[in-house]
Parts: sequence; structure tokens; C-alpha cells
Amino acid sequence: MTAKELKNRSVNYRKKILQYIVGANAGHTGGSLSCIDILNVLYNHVLNVSPANFSSPDRDRYIQSKGHTVEALYVVLSDKGFFPEQDLETLCRYQSNYIGHPTKKVNGVEQNTGALGHGLPMAVGNALAAKMDDRDFRVFTLLGDGELPEGSNWEAFLTGSHYKLDNLCAILDYNKLQISGTTAEVCNTEPIDAKLESFGWSVKHVDGHDIEALISTFDALPFEAGKPSFIIAHTVKGKGVSYMEHHVKWHHGVPNEQQYQQALEELDSVTI
Amino acid sequence: MLKDIQVLNEKETRGGFGEGIYAAGKANENVVVLTADLAGSLKLGPFIKDFPNRFVQCGIAEANMIGIAAGLTIGGKIPYTTTFANFSTGRVYDQIRQSVAYSGKNVKICASHAGLTLGEDGATHQILEDIGLMKMLPGMTVIVPCDFNQTKAATIAIADYNGPVYLRFGRPKWPNFTKEDGSDFVIGKAQQLSEGTDISIFACGHMVWKAIEAGRILEEKGLSVELINIHTIKPLDEAAIIASVKKTGCAVTCEEHNILGGLGESVSRVLSSNCPAPVELVGTKDTFGESGKPEELLKKYGLEAVDIVSAAEKAISRKK
Ligand SMILES: [Mg+2]
Repeated sequence: MTAKELKNRSVNYRKKILQYIVGANAGHTGGSLSCIDILNVLYNHVLNVSPANFSSPDRDRYIQSKGHTVEALYVVLSDKGFFPEQDLETLCRYQSNYIGHPTKKVNGVEQNTGALGHGLPMAVGNALAAKMDDRDFRVFTLLGDGELPEGSNWEAFLTGSHYKLDNLCAILDYNKLQISGTTAEVCNTEPIDAKLESFGWSVKHVDGHDIEALISTFDALPFEAGKPSFIIAHTVKGKGVSYMEHHVKWHHGVPNEQQYQQALEELDSVTI
Repeated sequence: MLKDIQVLNEKETRGGFGEGIYAAGKANENVVVLTADLAGSLKLGPFIKDFPNRFVQCGIAEANMIGIAAGLTIGGKIPYTTTFANFSTGRVYDQIRQSVAYSGKNVKICASHAGLTLGEDGATHQILEDIGLMKMLPGMTVIVPCDFNQTKAATIAIADYNGPVYLRFGRPKWPNFTKEDGSDFVIGKAQQLSEGTDISIFACGHMVWKAIEAGRILEEKGLSVELINIHTIKPLDEAAIIASVKKTGCAVTCEEHNILGGLGESVSRVLSSNCPAPVELVGTKDTFGESGKPEELLKKYGLEAVDIVSAAEKAISRKK
């Protein structure tokens, strides 16, 4: 898929994220909009994952540690053909499989996630299993910046480098906001790159909304042989909708009808 | 009669785990073992020597160990995590709940040094709440074998049993009396050690031996004792419990665990719903432990044979 096609998809994904969050009157709007370009490039350019190969032991694995931005994941999975898009009309509803955090009840979801600090240890386990079985698949996990202080992440950073898991890539959706404020105010994790490098990971920064930059960064994996890779993707919470960008109230906010229409107009006016 | 039960030798239940994990690993190449720096305590030496590529040392990072184990299940692997019971459960409850139980992962959580009999290290290491924590998790199987042979048999059996399992055992040498080939152990099936009509005694883990000692005293007093080893706390063999108490009319439960949330409450729940009867619970009474030799601690906290005898006499006296 060309960069231009991917950019068109991102606009479309953003509109669908809003559509289904408005339909459910629930969801994690800001974070879904900040990670959607990363998911777009992962599923449409990087991952060897499709409905056809989803039961193959050699498929790539993607674990969304920041499970709360599940709307972004569901929208991309439906576009990939894992399930009919109309299923998302039941999002977060009673008796729906489309629960408010990723669940394996939904085709295409690799792991149940939602409690923070769980994705990376499981990804380390997946990557270790690949090494044990001499398989070539790769393992990717998406972390939120708010979950970075979870101690289990730092335990897993240690094991990832100890076992030289260069088949493992963790991506940080670094929108610098979490539910109660900025990450700098809540629990400052900077300098993240120096910390990760000292833990034995190979680190790159990227603009998490620049499709070409994301492509070239993922194409460079593994950044160093014998080391796990860490991508600090600088993003904007609420990206693409002017009144949401950089505002923490949109962590869990749902737009009203007027706000929703304005968001659609803004997204439609983007020139690619 | 309980006096007929022969003790084969005295061995650590964790040693039974070590032999069991070696046998399971030899029989099934999907068996993988993880530890958080306690390979020696869990007797993993032979497994590591012969199957080094199926051993993952996680360092002292138990939360990560549980997550890695969940991740390792892909491709049909059967990960066994190993550390002390306290760090296997209380320390990592959210990891077990979310990454293992809720996700239905085929992870075997193997926990040594459970309960007061850990001894000298004291309260920080003597977990008395782990059976409760684990039995409350949907889909979790909870097994508390009584001796070396049974721990070995259970360790082997859980490899072929699909789903998450909590396997709890201990530190000290303890009388070993079940069958060497493990043929008297079946997951989920209570093990009847004697038939009787005056009192049912339900016990698990180290306390099964204490219950045998107590039962012998009761037999000498002329009472007819039915002793049942509830090695599988969940799924509970409810039929065996109900059938026994319908016959005896009262029960005692024995566990090296807090009476809040343990075997005793599970048995009481089954009886109150099916055949209400007097039940006396032997176990720790909502307390932390302390330092001491196992026998000193069992005596102080009311887990000796004499305590089971008193409980049985009280239960019998409460029968209408
Ligand atoms: Mg954030």
C-alpha cells in the first residue's frame, strides 16, 4: 500500500472511530486518535497478519498493551476483514463481544488486555517462544505513556534485553497526556530514550502521525542485532480534531452531535 | 483403619515437584519451566541440566514471570512458573487474573513454601491466603497435594490437564504415604483414606498427615472416622463430601491456611446447600505467622492432631 493510500485510510479510520464511539456513547477517543496512524502502518504495511493466516503459528503477533484504545484496534481489524464492520454498532453494549477492552472473543485480537503493564511481559513471552521454536515471526506491542511507570514493564525491559529479543518491538504512543494530566506532572518518565538504552534496548524517535516516517522506522527493524527495539512515537492526543488535540478531557470524552459533525467536516477537509 | 496406613519415608513435597517436573518435561517437550531465582528451592536442577532450552530464568521479577508464561503458551507450550507461594499469588494477583485466568492461558503456577511450615523466615513468606485468592478466580484449578508422591503425581498430571492450575506444596520433610506410582491421584477426585460413620474429616496438604494422626487417636477412643483427602480444592468433589456427611452427620476440615477463604469454607458452602451439618474448621484464625520450627508454629496456631481431635469431638457433640 502506498503512503498516499495509507493516509487516506487514516482519515477514514478516524471518522469510523468517532462514529462508533458516538454510537456507543463510550470509548477512549483521544488515545484512539493518537495511536491510529501507528496501527494503520502496522496492519497495512508491517505485520504479516490477516484473517487468512490468523491461525498460522508463523504469523506476526501484535499485543495492544494500552487496551483502552480498543476502538482504534477494532476499526483497523474490521477494515482488514476480520469481522463485518456493522458488528461495531454493538460496541460496549450488553451481550456484545466488542467489549470496551480487547478480548479474544473478537477475531483478530491476539490477547486479552486492559489492565496496564501486562502487554510487554506477554510480548516477551511470545518473542521467547519464537526463539525457542526457531520461528521467524516478530512480536509488536503498543504501550501508552501513562502505563510506563508500571513496574512490570521495567521487569520486562530487563528480560527483553537479557534474552536478546531482536524479534521484539515495543512502540510508545507518546501523546504526553494521561487521565489526570500530563505525564510530566503525574510521574515523569523522561529521559525515556536514555533509560531504555541503559536497559539494553535500541531506541528510535519518530513522529507518530508521519506515515512515511513510520514506514521507514518500521522498515529499519531490528534497529540492532541482538537487541529489542523501542520506538518512541511522538503523538497528539485527539489528533485530527482541532478541539480535542492536546486536551486531556478527551481521554474518555464522547463528542455531542454538533461536535461530531464538526469533527467529520474537519477530517473531510484534510488534503492528502 | 487409619492405623494401617504405612509411612514409606519422610520427604519434602517440593522434592516431589522436582521429580514430577523432570518426568513431565521428559514426557512432553512442550513443558517449559520459569523461575524467579528459586531453581534450587524448587528442585529444578535435573530439569535445567537435561532441558536447558526449555528453562527461563526471569530473575526476581515475579509479575514479569507470570506475563512471560502467558505469552509462552503460544504454539502449545505448557509453562510452569516456580517460586514461593507468597510470590506466586499475592504478589502477582493482577497478572494471574488478567493475563492467565481471564485469558484462559494454560499456565501452571507451582508454589512451594506455602503456609506456616516454611518456618524460620516468618510472616512475610508464610502465605495463608493463597488458596482463597486462587479459588476465587474463574477457571482456575487449585490443587494441594498431601505428600511427596502425590505432589509428583499432580505435577505430572497437570501437564495433560488443559487450563490454568495453581499447585501448592511446601518446604519441610513430611511423612510420605500415598502410592509411589501416583495411581491413587486423580485431579478433582477426593481420596478416601478411611471409611467411618461417626465423623468426616476433610483435609488438604500437610494437614492430611495431621488428620491421620488425629484419626488414629479417635479410633483408639472407639470412634469410626471417615478421612478424605481433598487434594483438589477446585473443582471440588462435592459428591464425595455430601455422601460422606450424609453418613456421618458432621465434619471437620483441616488446612494449613486461613479458615477465611480456604478448604473449610468451600466444604461448609457445599454442606449448607445440600445437607446442613455441624462443621468445625481447623486452620489459622485470621492471623499472620511468625518465626519458628514447623512443629512449634503448628502447635501455637492450633494445627496439631490434638486440635483436630478436639474439633471432631465438638462436631460430634453438636449432632442432634
Ligand atoms: Mg497518553
